[in-house]
Amino acid sequence: MSVWFVPKDAAAKSVGADQIAERLIAQGEVVIRTGSRGLLWLEPLVEWSDDRYGDRVGWCNVTAEQCLDVLPTSSDGNFLGAVDDLDYLARQQRWIFERVGIIDPLDGDDFLYRGGLAGLKRALAMTPNDVVEAIVASGLRGRGGAGFPAGIKWRTVAAQEPVAHAGSGAGAAKHKYICVNADEGDSGTFADRMLMEGDPFCLIEGMVIAAWAVGADLGIVYLRSEYPDAIATLEQALEQARERGWLGANILGSGFGFDIEIRIGAGSYVCGEETAMLESIEGRRGMVRVKPPLPAIKGLFGTPTVINNVLTMASVPSIMARGPEAYAALGHGRSCGTQVFQLAGNIARGGIVETAFGVTARALVHDFGGGTRSGRPVRAVQTGGPLGPYLAADELDVPMAYEALAEAGGMLGHGGLVVFDDTVDMLEQARFAMEFCAEESCGKCTPCRIGAVRGVEVLERIAAGDDAMQQQVLLRDLCEVMEMGSLCAMGGLTPKPVLSALNTFSEDFDRAGSKLIVRSGG
Amino acid sequence: MTCTSRWPVWDSVVARQLVTAIAERHAGPVLMCLQAIQGHFGYVPEGATPIVADVCNVSRADVHGVLTFYADLRTSPPPPVPVRLCAAEACQAVGARALKGQWQATCELDAELAALTGVDEPIFCLGNCALGPAAVVDGELMGRVTVERLRAAVLARAEQDSEQSV
Repeated sequence: MSVWFVPKDAAAKSVGADQIAERLIAQGEVVIRTGSRGLLWLEPLVEWSDDRYGDRVGWCNVTAEQCLDVLPTSSDGNFLGAVDDLDYLARQQRWIFERVGIIDPLDGDDFLYRGGLAGLKRALAMTPNDVVEAIVASGLRGRGGAGFPAGIKWRTVAAQEPVAHAGSGAGAAKHKYICVNADEGDSGTFADRMLMEGDPFCLIEGMVIAAWAVGADLGIVYLRSEYPDAIATLEQALEQARERGWLGANILGSGFGFDIEIRIGAGSYVCGEETAMLESIEGRRGMVRVKPPLPAIKGLFGTPTVINNVLTMASVPSIMARGPEAYAALGHGRSCGTQVFQLAGNIARGGIVETAFGVTARALVHDFGGGTRSGRPVRAVQTGGPLGPYLAADELDVPMAYEALAEAGGMLGHGGLVVFDDTVDMLEQARFAMEFCAEESCGKCTPCRIGAVRGVEVLERIAAGDDAMQQQVLLRDLCEVMEMGSLCAMGGLTPKPVLSALNTFSEDFDRAGSKLIVRSGG
Repeated sequence: MTCTSRWPVWDSVVARQLVTAIAERHAGPVLMCLQAIQGHFGYVPEGATPIVADVCNVSRADVHGVLTFYADLRTSPPPPVPVRLCAAEACQAVGARALKGQWQATCELDAELAALTGVDEPIFCLGNCALGPAAVVDGELMGRVTVERLRAAVLARAEQDSEQSV
């Protein structure tokens, strides 16, 4: 029986995928809603196969008109041919995203047919300690940005005894937690969202493996409110997982019990910082905690807590299924495995590129991404989100890996690359970085809370040509204070985009300063 | 245009029931309680703070602190069709600043549109960074946004609402 595949990913829906699905259904066609393949510039990307598990052909940028009382045909101008053969997809190495865009995210049988639960079954046949050591051996590092080895974190939590919630009475139940950070606030990143919308069982499977490995009984996904589709999909997936015995008191008949709850964020960027996230889950203001104690020892409600990013956790099932050695063999130096890069901003072919670490930024921006969407020259690429530096167009030959990128002045962060063309005003980008920090600072430490406000003022004085050279000196001084004195990455890394703009694109700052000379001269 | 709100009027008994149900089931419930109240009434009215404080056994100051920390939580009723434009870098790279200016200018000239959408409260990243500029119209995500598409989406949504309220 022939089947149409129409994504219900939020990005695809944002350009009309729902209307296409409705029109195909109205014509009596069978439609399966999938996640997105990650070729976002082609959305809505509609696929067809003569069998639900057969090879698929596709059409890009499909319009509702193209499906109004007619069906797309292979002679249409937007016909793509076999989707798996598209260069953008064929050149990727998909581990985390292997099922995203292919399966119906809420069909457990589809998940199983495409290799779901293979990792969990293997893990449950091993001792928890062996699972921890497998993750250590895989070299998996945290995808939230800090890049801490996940296995080491798990080992620390596994070594702790469960603890009752802080402040609870005698005889209260003792717990360890698995917390997944799905507060994907960095601009230019959307991989967590697409994974949760496209293969939520993968995240659940990873969390169960983690729970088994460290002896946790409760899991929480802290999911940002800006992602209502991901919340709805994950909620339904959790319900189904409980019905199928993939969660609950006796997972897959192993006797091991674990369950997961979703907590929804409330529009605060700093809550993506792990300790602010814990405060928020505990229902308080998202104020950063002082470390130590580490969350692995004293985390959520005072219990030992594993905190991993969505992509870290979603890497775990395929590592267990395909073997940690195969994973560790991929990558660049100490950056093992694959990374889900996200191409965003002013880019011709934006989307998801999952490939081994070590691919250059140039390959991502130009070979995969096709340069700017506007067709103008690339001027700057921001790596690593709002706290990441701007690289110039001639600095893109750097391999995308934690250490290599850091040495080149970049930052991997959550794997996003935001491309700007030559119309960008880098002084304005620097001002925005400070403004964003002022807006989103939790306010606990002074360098971040006050520094960001002063930073905006200094940059506005530079823009106004008000004693610009002296203000640049002041700006550098301020950045040093923020970098050295802030409690967390919010204040500590905000100087990165600011200073990279000042150092690499100084002409934008000097031009502003020259206004003063013109004015005083006139 | 009929401005019938889809949100129920404030009712402290209902609020207490909502909050109690959450506090019984969840540890650290304050934020969840405020979110539930906003989910039901559209915003968090002044009368909610003492109820949440009482049920969760924390001080009113604690509840007020949470209420004022999070950008999502609002203390006044929302406009009929809230519009939020993404103001983060990936959308800046494809003209979000210009779009914001055009949108504000459009609203200044069109009192009906302005009344429907209220003040533009920027939002930082909607996760639609490859298809920017992005915006969210009454909870619905839009990509490759133009002023014309935004305006059409707002008016379509307002029409849906008035049909439902008839």
